[in-house]
Amino acid sequence: MLKKYLLIWLTISVSFIFIMRLASLQLSDDSYFNSDFAIQELSVYPERGLIYDRNGNLLVANQPSYELIIVPENTTEFDTISFAKLIDMNPDELKKEINSSIKYSTKLPSVIKSQISKERNAFLQEKIWLFEGFYLRKNSVRDYIKPFASNVIGYTGEVDKNDIINNSYYEKGEMIGKQGIEKYYEDELKGIKGKKYFQKDRFNRVIGPFNNSLSDVKPSKAKNITLTIDIDLQEYAESLLQNKRGGVVAIEPSTGEILTLVSSPTYKSEQFVGQDRTKNYNKLLNDSINKPLFDRSLQAQYSPGSPIKILNALIGLQEGVINENTIFTCNAGHYYSRNAFMGCHNPFGTVSNLRKGIYNSCNTYFARTYRGIIDKYGTSSEGLDKWATHMKSFGLGNYLGYDLSIGKKGFIPESDYYNQFYGTNRWGSSTTISNSIGQGEILTTPIQMANFATAIANRGFYIKPHFVKSVNNKLMNNREKNYTTIDKENFEIVIDGMVDVVDRGTARIAKIDGISVAGKTGTVENFILIKNEKKQLTDHSTFIAFAPADDPKIAVSVFIENGYWGSRWAAPIASLIIEKYLKGDVGRKWLENRMVNGSLIDEYEKPYKFENFSINE
Amino acid sequence: MNRILKYDLISLITYASLVTFGIINVYSSSYTELFTSIFDYTSLVSKQLIFLAISLISAIIIIFTKSKFFDNIASIAYLLSLILLTSLFFFGVERGGAKSWYILGPVSFQPSEFAKLCTALFLAKFLSIIQTDLNKTRDIIFVGIIVFIPILLITFQPDPGSAIVFLAFIFPILREGLDLRFFYFGIIILLILILTLIFNFFISSIILSAIFLLIILYRRRKRISLNLIKSFISLIFLISISLSTNYLFENILEQRHRDRINLILGKEVDDKGIGYNINQSKIAISNGGLFGTGFLEGTQTKGDFVPRQHTDYIFSTIGEEWGFIGTFTTIILFSLLITRITFRAEKQVNHFRRIYCYSFSSLLFIHFFINIGMSIGLVPSVGIPLPYISYGGSSLLAFSIMFFVYLNFDSSRLKED
Repeated sequence: MLKKYLLIWLTISVSFIFIMRLASLQLSDDSYFNSDFAIQELSVYPERGLIYDRNGNLLVANQPSYELIIVPENTTEFDTISFAKLIDMNPDELKKEINSSIKYSTKLPSVIKSQISKERNAFLQEKIWLFEGFYLRKNSVRDYIKPFASNVIGYTGEVDKNDIINNSYYEKGEMIGKQGIEKYYEDELKGIKGKKYFQKDRFNRVIGPFNNSLSDVKPSKAKNITLTIDIDLQEYAESLLQNKRGGVVAIEPSTGEILTLVSSPTYKSEQFVGQDRTKNYNKLLNDSINKPLFDRSLQAQYSPGSPIKILNALIGLQEGVINENTIFTCNAGHYYSRNAFMGCHNPFGTVSNLRKGIYNSCNTYFARTYRGIIDKYGTSSEGLDKWATHMKSFGLGNYLGYDLSIGKKGFIPESDYYNQFYGTNRWGSSTTISNSIGQGEILTTPIQMANFATAIANRGFYIKPHFVKSVNNKLMNNREKNYTTIDKENFEIVIDGMVDVVDRGTARIAKIDGISVAGKTGTVENFILIKNEKKQLTDHSTFIAFAPADDPKIAVSVFIENGYWGSRWAAPIASLIIEKYLKGDVGRKWLENRMVNGSLIDEYEKPYKFENFSINE
Repeated sequence: MNRILKYDLISLITYASLVTFGIINVYSSSYTELFTSIFDYTSLVSKQLIFLAISLISAIIIIFTKSKFFDNIASIAYLLSLILLTSLFFFGVERGGAKSWYILGPVSFQPSEFAKLCTALFLAKFLSIIQTDLNKTRDIIFVGIIVFIPILLITFQPDPGSAIVFLAFIFPILREGLDLRFFYFGIIILLILILTLIFNFFISSIILSAIFLLIILYRRRKRISLNLIKSFISLIFLISISLSTNYLFENILEQRHRDRINLILGKEVDDKGIGYNINQSKIAISNGGLFGTGFLEGTQTKGDFVPRQHTDYIFSTIGEEWGFIGTFTTIILFSLLITRITFRAEKQVNHFRRIYCYSFSSLLFIHFFINIGMSIGLVPSVGIPLPYISYGGSSLLAFSIMFFVYLNFDSSRLKED
């Protein structure tokens, strides 16, 4: 019996085993391989979004560029040296690139050299056919039309390993915004890439579209962005800051729109496009003295200096420790504690009320006011924390939340800080007296200073400053008012004092015909460490202002490193920017020339000459 | 009507379905809309169609031939096939590393395919002689010689794949009275070989000894008499087979054969080198899913990823384009044909015809088992076609002739001669 049915039993069992095996191959979800090697996926990129300034001037567009591609398995032996010469590349670097592309895949295309210009491409196209396995592929790179506001616009670059790990959207060789608006609005600017599918054969050759292109995904269009920046004003401000270090921030108070944001010295976005981009980047990165990649308006934390007196005045009014008629006497300074004297530039016996205190920038007046605030409560801790709360309501001591990904918090000291430093309750208003004049532990960035100027201009609130007005012509919804802890009525007297600063006080040079400017100068002591020795440098020159005082259209903060008096550099620059913005043109050409041509390079080189130098000349 | 009904219509329909399906898949796996190459693939289908036409003409001739005729020519056919196989060494044309082809003008022809038919006929003839007795050593040796001459000739072409197919004749020989112990013995040796290859000599001999010990203990307990010396000698014999496995494996087989066996045993994984074929075939088959990608829509097939896809690996085309439905149907059709022919063989009154039919179904089974088994990675890769489906004129014609000879024999199954 077994003999008769042996073959039949075998046939049935073999068929059963085959069917089981096929079921597991064909019917299970984890099919043998999910990826289909026969289909090549090709990304189709939409043109990156355009960037305009607030008045519709095109700032950033795109231009064609070419990449040199290698498919390693298609290459034949070739003269590396002459090829390297042809494509203008170091032979060792070329070998490295080729080896890494072989490692990646011998069958898939890899980029050997990217961002080859149109002209260079025309030249290469004639020669490249001599080298099998290489070809040129067209793509698109950024075209920065106006060479200004680079610190705001930022730049793009090839994705790095982290970008790919963090976001599966990106693949090797693609571009991503690396800095500025290009980075923060990457999602809007990049659009969504599409896919094209091709049928391949086993030699990895494309033999035609897959599924009659029905599976292809169309790229979705990138969005265009309109900045709040006024590119003419930006250009003007940048010209004023040449050969100086520092920052300028101008904000429209009613909207929080940033009109101008200058950091000097800076880079140009187009340095990140084209053949020399890596060289340029390294040069910028390694310039540890000028730090062009460091945005001084957003990232530099300075002592604010005298402008902080305005806030102390407002807090004093709010807390009721002073009123507009409060009088303090200044004897070229005062003893705020036994054997502790704070100097002041006001002459001996100056009697100041609040307005005069502001326009003469009297240290004594605000030291006394500050002590009044701190000592008002049971303990210094309580008083200081109250003071800090007021300060922070102006956007100090924390990130402002604007739409760029760099920034610094600044610092507003609270009781914890001093408790840790001196021991709990072993400090008082006199210990922290420097805060009253913006010289102590308190730190601010130029944009924070412009922002509190805005809050004063608005009489008690600010709108989160921002750089983008609209995306695809759709206005951004970012006009929420952040109210300060100071009542509206307390602002007028202080603003009167600020107007006096320009009219008859420390910043008379900032006066503009026909426009009432409210401002406050600052002269900030600062130090650096040279060979572990603390050394004082020439004071920073700073100024905050807004105008017109009764209906502010622009608020400005200017910070010029080592510029000495606030009225020497910062106040004139702020004044010129206001005049340019409000009048469209500047009448005071003599002042403009002095600012544009003035240079502080010598001042900056002093500490690096390794010899004794004098400051505040 | 009666004249038609006397033929095995079920088998005929199955045959027709397989051949049609074969043509469709040969067309698909050689189909190209854009791929231009030195090979003119489109003509492959027309070539196959020409051979189908020749097959059908032969079919008509065979159907109207008297069954007795095949009995008469069996010896001559066998002799002729041996001559053809031998002269390959002198006049054969080498293709794919083996001298297994005659080329006459536009027609190429593979005698090993027809040797299957001829050997089947001659084996049937010899076994059906009344004096033949498979309990006699002399006859067993003679039967062995009948089968092994073509095996040797084909192995030295070298085309060991086609030679392996001749092992199919073990089934009719067993059926006709060879002691089953030969079969068991063969199975045991095969198992020992696999065991030794998977593990090694020491482990497999330990396993063998353990099994041996268990059998002795069992028999003792059941008080079944047992010749200890004989048993011990057979154990030593089995262990020595295990010992010689590595020698055979390393010295008799070529590296590619070793690779194929190692792949199936899972001792080696190399999807880009030696495992490329099997791997690509599996990818194509899994790509098919339940319903397949559709006719001419298989991406792996179109991309020509599976080498020899229109010949040995045609099952992967079926798998990709027709999905599980297609592969399931193919397997059912084959097992239907094999079991049907085997059952009908049993009903033959005439011994010669029965043995032939049995040999035919056995040949079909071996092809079916090895070809599909290798396409889905269960059997080491052996280059033999899937009957009726794979591209190849000689194979189609030879198997068609075998089928129609079967149909002829089956229609006269109740006649004595």
